[in-house]
Amino acid sequence: MRVDKVESKVCSRIETGKPIIAVEGLTASFGEETILENIDFEVRRGEIFCIVGGSGCGKSTLLKHMIGLLRPAAGKVLVGGMNIGAAGDRELNSIRKEIGVLFQSDALLASMTLGENVGLPLGGLTGLSQDTVQLIVRMKLAMVNLGGYENYYPAELSGGMRKRGGLARAMVLDPQILFFDEPSAGLDPVNTAELEILIREINVGLGTTIVIVSHQVELVLRLADRVMLIDRGEKGIIATGAPEELRFSTTDPRVRNFLFRTDAGQGKG
Amino acid sequence: MGIKTSQPGYVLQTQSAESDQLVLSLSGRVSLDDADRLLAEMENASAGRTAGVVKIDLADVSYMDSAGVLTLFRFEEKIRREGGACVTLHLPDRTRGIMGLIDRQGLSMPTLRGEKAPTGLMEAAGDAGVKFYSDFKTLMTFLGDLIAALVHLARHPGEVRWGDVLFTMRRTGAEGFPIVALISFLIGLIIAFMSSLQLKQFGANIYVASLVSLAIVRELGPIMTAILVAGRSASAYAAEIGTMRINDEVDALVTMGIDPIRFLAVPKLIATVLVLPILTLYADLFGIAGGLIVGVTGLDLTPYTYLQESQRTITLFYLLSSMLKALVFAFVIAWIGCQRGFQVRGGVEAVGAATTSAVVTSILLIVIVDSVFAVVLHYVG
Repeated sequence: MRVDKVESKVCSRIETGKPIIAVEGLTASFGEETILENIDFEVRRGEIFCIVGGSGCGKSTLLKHMIGLLRPAAGKVLVGGMNIGAAGDRELNSIRKEIGVLFQSDALLASMTLGENVGLPLGGLTGLSQDTVQLIVRMKLAMVNLGGYENYYPAELSGGMRKRGGLARAMVLDPQILFFDEPSAGLDPVNTAELEILIREINVGLGTTIVIVSHQVELVLRLADRVMLIDRGEKGIIATGAPEELRFSTTDPRVRNFLFRTDAGQGKG
Repeated sequence: MGIKTSQPGYVLQTQSAESDQLVLSLSGRVSLDDADRLLAEMENASAGRTAGVVKIDLADVSYMDSAGVLTLFRFEEKIRREGGACVTLHLPDRTRGIMGLIDRQGLSMPTLRGEKAPTGLMEAAGDAGVKFYSDFKTLMTFLGDLIAALVHLARHPGEVRWGDVLFTMRRTGAEGFPIVALISFLIGLIIAFMSSLQLKQFGANIYVASLVSLAIVRELGPIMTAILVAGRSASAYAAEIGTMRINDEVDALVTMGIDPIRFLAVPKLIATVLVLPILTLYADLFGIAGGLIVGVTGLDLTPYTYLQESQRTITLFYLLSSMLKALVFAFVIAWIGCQRGFQVRGGVEAVGAATTSAVVTSILLIVIVDSVFAVVLHYVG
């Protein structure tokens, strides 16, 4: 029953029926070593989709395939219908305008102010006046509760602020998909909670599809519309579904082991 | 009713119902790329109109991003400043969602800190002076720490990390050998060639051998080798230690009760001091060999006479003073390279700056030390 509820919540935000990301038969490998083998899944438009798994299971590798930083050894990664595994540089750049990535370390350029960092993706767009660029930067910084911090350098900000600054930069072009690599890494519970609220606001307010890669089960269970669990031994997906569905109906010991560790944390949260 | 069309995205239609009321109806895609154009068009459409109500109908907007919403806000702000009012009609849910995310007051608030004002000449000179003084102080403090660590390890040689010394000797010495050999060979060749052009005119071919060996052994051998090693190794020391600082590895050593200078800097210092004189000897050898090639092929000298003349020129004093110079240069390279690494604070950018500074400062100090040597040796020799 709970599953239906989640599904309907997702459906209301879907604009077209097609999945925004479709991964078909993806095999990822580094040289001889295969990390992921023949995996298939879809991310639906407008949902918050979380990829979880233990350390070294290949979730970051999977993320890098989804944003076109790595090319698949076999299979396809379709983002907005385009196979980015086989796309040329120009096509990749056009699709990259539709995605934003918040890296595990905030990845803000240390030599630039926060405002310059956030305005960086706007530099490629000609015809925008300086005033407009400044206002857009200001608006995005205010969205992540960093209004007024344009002229600060990343080194002068706290970890949580830098993370939010990275988020402002990732969403400056209003991307259709936002990717988060370990969003809570290095953040305290208060900052993590604040970031969670922001992610939810962006998802609802801007209708952005959100893909989160994390091993933080608590965060994932609170945020996700759907969760996908990958396993190192299996080299692939061992479960997919709404968080509640996974928690209450799964019999797979690996899934239970991964999710039930968090019961105490859930109780507190 | 007038229609304005723009190639991509949106269509803006102007409908004037009454004299004090303007209805703008917007349709299609309103996105970031069109933000400035849309604002200009809306301002044009409302231009010349005294206070009144401007209605913006968004019924047919298929997509509007946050930059589009921002444009609406900017237009509304302008109308309000002129004493009018602005109303949006048929606001799509999604646009309403975006509006909810934008902090309108925040858009006009001043920044928490203004942009950096350019510094005046006097101020810049003062800053430079203060920076130079504090840099000098930290360099000297580090020199003191380094010497203290050396003294301690001289009394407890078992505590020296000899494995690390050997590793650094290989990196600095063995791996630096080919480039040192090649460059000094070519320098010897060049000096011999250039001087032969002049000396040939006087039939003083044989003095090419003296000139090359003297120049190489007394000056060029030690200094060229030191500059090359500074470029290869001082930068490497600074980058390695600097990165360790950023990754908290240096702090980790301190918390484990390990002195980072003894642990990291001293092995590098010992290795450089052991290796640089040897590299300098090789540089001398290859420089003379370079001169020999020119002497034999271009000046009708036999290898025997060339080498004999070289041997007569180079005294033991020259050779020893050259080795002494190499020792001091090696100390400077390791000292500056390690200090610049330990000085790193902040992020990756600081590592790059430290690396550059390690090379520049060590080369500068090498040249200064060399000129001191030149004067002192002149009076001693």
